[in-house]
Amino acid sequence: MPSKSSDTRPGASWGLKLAAFGTLFFLHFPMWIIFLYTFTPDETTYTFPLPGFTTKWFGVALQRADLWRSLTLSLQVATVATIAALILGTFAAAAVYRSNFFGRESISFLLLLPIALPGIVTGIALRTAIGGLDIPFSFWTIVIGHATFCVVVVYNNVLARFRRTSATMIEASMDLGANSFQTFRHVVLPNIATALLAGGMLAFALSFDEVIVTTFTAGQQTTLPIWIFSQLSRPRDRPVTNVVATIVILITFLPIFIAQKISAGSSDTEGETK
Amino acid sequence: MLNRISTYFFRRPNLVLAIFLIPPLLYLLVVYLGSLVSLLVNSFYSIDDFTGMIVREFTMRTYAQVFNITNREIIFRTATMALIVTIVDAMIAFPLAYYIAKFASPRLKTWLLIAVTIPLWSSYLVRVYAWKLILAKEGILSWFIHLFNLTDALDWLLGLPGIGGSSLSLSPIGMFIVFVYIWLPYMIIPIQTALERVPGSLLEASSDLGARPSQTFRTVILPLAFPGVVAGSIFTFSLTLGDFIIPLTLGNSKFFIGQAVYSYQGTGGNVPLAAAMTMGPVVIMVLYLLIARRLGAFDAI
Repeated sequence: MPSKSSDTRPGASWGLKLAAFGTLFFLHFPMWIIFLYTFTPDETTYTFPLPGFTTKWFGVALQRADLWRSLTLSLQVATVATIAALILGTFAAAAVYRSNFFGRESISFLLLLPIALPGIVTGIALRTAIGGLDIPFSFWTIVIGHATFCVVVVYNNVLARFRRTSATMIEASMDLGANSFQTFRHVVLPNIATALLAGGMLAFALSFDEVIVTTFTAGQQTTLPIWIFSQLSRPRDRPVTNVVATIVILITFLPIFIAQKISAGSSDTEGETK
Repeated sequence: MLNRISTYFFRRPNLVLAIFLIPPLLYLLVVYLGSLVSLLVNSFYSIDDFTGMIVREFTMRTYAQVFNITNREIIFRTATMALIVTIVDAMIAFPLAYYIAKFASPRLKTWLLIAVTIPLWSSYLVRVYAWKLILAKEGILSWFIHLFNLTDALDWLLGLPGIGGSSLSLSPIGMFIVFVYIWLPYMIIPIQTALERVPGSLLEASSDLGARPSQTFRTVILPLAFPGVVAGSIFTFSLTLGDFIIPLTLGNSKFFIGQAVYSYQGTGGNVPLAAAMTMGPVVIMVLYLLIARRLGAFDAI
């Protein structure tokens, strides 16, 4: 592949290339193993090489009512948590971007805290609060837990975009007679749309997959990750778990890939630190 | 009408700021900080030994339990694992980060960064599950080990006291492999970011002044990449410290902090002890973050 700066760049040694691509392989091959195992006829072990080939487990998984319930719950939670994160994250980004107020730095720190501290801290903290206030576990306790760490993803993406958007555009819009709402609708929104999309998709993927905080806020409810987790420690339905794992990879892969393409294309790199 | 509202808000920027700021701030202050405070308060409560109910009176008794011999061992075991995982992750991450930052063409770089970030965001549970398949006694790794006639070496490794177990998928060694794998992207990205900032001219200057490539690497590249390593280690360390999924999936009866917290609040029903136990990771992380800030790691995140 032609490279503009190849004249100043020394080539990498074979050892380095091997180490680099070896690491890349290490990062990706486990996911391919799962795809492989969805086709195993073996119900009780993880025998390799696979003793045969079957596609029947997809059908079996589709028939499982408990799985559908968990999947539905996870999708609902992720949707509501993402919407909450989009609103709160954009508001926070707008506030931090447009004005220099007292305690501005603390806001960024406060937003970062839920992902900087180990998930178990957030989880047990919410658990004690829920217990202390005698709030019954519900759909909303899960959503509230998820929103705490989804907000920062949207915030990072939108703030990065705001910083690259010239304030003069907004001023020009106002000077030309648009009111704030029109300016928002026709100037600001189109500008931050892809950042919202990328942030929203990452928030969705994050919530859809979350297990550590969820175990403390779900009570008896089973989200899809909690279902998988129960299979990890006590495997009962190995073939069905393989299918579920594959479905989860597919459901999360697309939004993540799109979000990464958007971010890479517009060089928003701030969303990358999870 | 809309114009009037618009003008009203335009003249009052502080009101607009308040409208933007209050919902997210209120949410985080009430829900998140509120919960953290409740966690702290709970850690000073205790459990009545007879009824199993939470006694809502201030006591240091629960903290004394945190530092009993079993829990001390748990904290030590977890911190050791977190440290080793962090060091190994840094060593594995470096070549790839270095290659992406200094050798890959711009187009390849975009793709490599996507390839590194996709595992970061994709399902953590599914990736742990994948290793359950790979490390199983009858699984793919054993098959390869058998193929290369290394079964005896594996048996010897699994026979080691402290780190061994009945199979790779039920041993501290297996747990270590999975931890290293799961948190690796968190290490690659900050190192790559730090290396990206090292100007090429600096490396040329070093070689012009007669340094061999290995000398340039040791005296120029490594020191400049170090803040990135520290930044990455914040994630690998903190995440290993608080994780309970991987120990529950691949570990044995020797608990890790997350596992202990999980079982104290769940089956044990001892929320105060669980709360006091999480203060361990919180204190360790706060100290870690303070040291990391001194080393300039925050610029590399």
